[in-house]
Amino acid sequence: MTRPARPTRDRSATGFLVGFLVVALLIAGGLSYFASADPDGLDSVTLDGCTVTETDAGERLDGTCIAQNAEDHALGSGPLADYAVDGAGGTVGLAGVIGVVVTVLVAGGVFGLLRRRGGPGGPGGTSGS
Amino acid sequence: MTTAVPTAVHVTAMHMSDGLVNAPTAAVFGLVAVVAVALAATRSRADLDDRTAPMAGLVTAFVFAVQMINFPILPGASGHLLGGALVAILVGPWVGTLCIAIVLVVQALLFADGGLTALGTNITNMAVVGVWVGYGVAVALRRVARRSRAGLLATAFVAAFLNTVVAALAFVVEYAVGGAGGASPGTVLVLMAGLHALIGIGEGVITAATVGAVASVRPDLIHLLRRGSTTSPTSPTGTASSAGAPARADEGSPA
Repeated sequence: MTRPARPTRDRSATGFLVGFLVVALLIAGGLSYFASADPDGLDSVTLDGCTVTETDAGERLDGTCIAQNAEDHALGSGPLADYAVDGAGGTVGLAGVIGVVVTVLVAGGVFGLLRRRGGPGGPGGTSGS
Repeated sequence: MTTAVPTAVHVTAMHMSDGLVNAPTAAVFGLVAVVAVALAATRSRADLDDRTAPMAGLVTAFVFAVQMINFPILPGASGHLLGGALVAILVGPWVGTLCIAIVLVVQALLFADGGLTALGTNITNMAVVGVWVGYGVAVALRRVARRSRAGLLATAFVAAFLNTVVAALAFVVEYAVGGAGGASPGTVLVLMAGLHALIGIGEGVITAATVGAVASVRPDLIHLLRRGSTTSPTSPTGTASSAGAPARADEGSPA
């Protein structure tokens, strides 16, 4: 692989970061439709010993298992709860895209505030940003 | 015994709900999480500059995205990325701790995924234990990782596999300390370890693929491969802000 040349580093960096973001958006917005709906490792363990039955009131757990102690989420009626927009089916992709955008803004803000201004490696902070 | 729980709780939830451990246990691990995140915020500054801060932001969003993708491991059971080794290799353990903690907070507050009082245990398991186990393994194998591309991918795989298994064991510890009941700790141990050994394979594949992709394009952005990158670079007291220190913390690197 060719090593990015120094002078084009800024452009290369921007391109890489944009590419990274696009990949994250495609995964959250598209690939998420193909995710397994089966309980994950932890949920499989907490449900061990129970049979799950779908009812109008929700899922009913018969038997004895850890998940019977699980409490409803305090924000379980939020607009994006359970990766659905307003609880509507088929919106996991949109919810995922929103999640990626929110996450990149929050994380970008946190890391932007924490960073040392003017990189040490670059000659005098370069010109970027 | 019959309990009604809301639909979808078990379909899309990926992390510990509230109530799985008792209140004192949740409080203790909440404190652990607060201290760990505060320490990480202090120490991560050494690893964050104009070049790495945007990278860290995007790595965080990437982990959020990939955590949505549950992959099948057994009939009726799935797994998903935790991301500890991935972030540790790409952005370092201090920044990585913050990455995973941010993902967990966004998931809990916005998506009702992972309980609010369970944030402490979830952050402890994935942002602290997962990240630091992944980092420890990766550092132990750093010579292998630097030698060849295959070595880098193998390092990423092994670190990710172990970060998954040990993070799962952290839950077992919490359950043994203050679990709400419903299953014996021994059963929980066997099931958690077994299932997460399988999930760890998926975690290893995803982590190796991602690290490999970054290495193809921007190997200079991989924290693990950076020269002189150590966990404890400078003491936070040495605020050389804008002092144009040329070399990267070769001077005075105690402990």
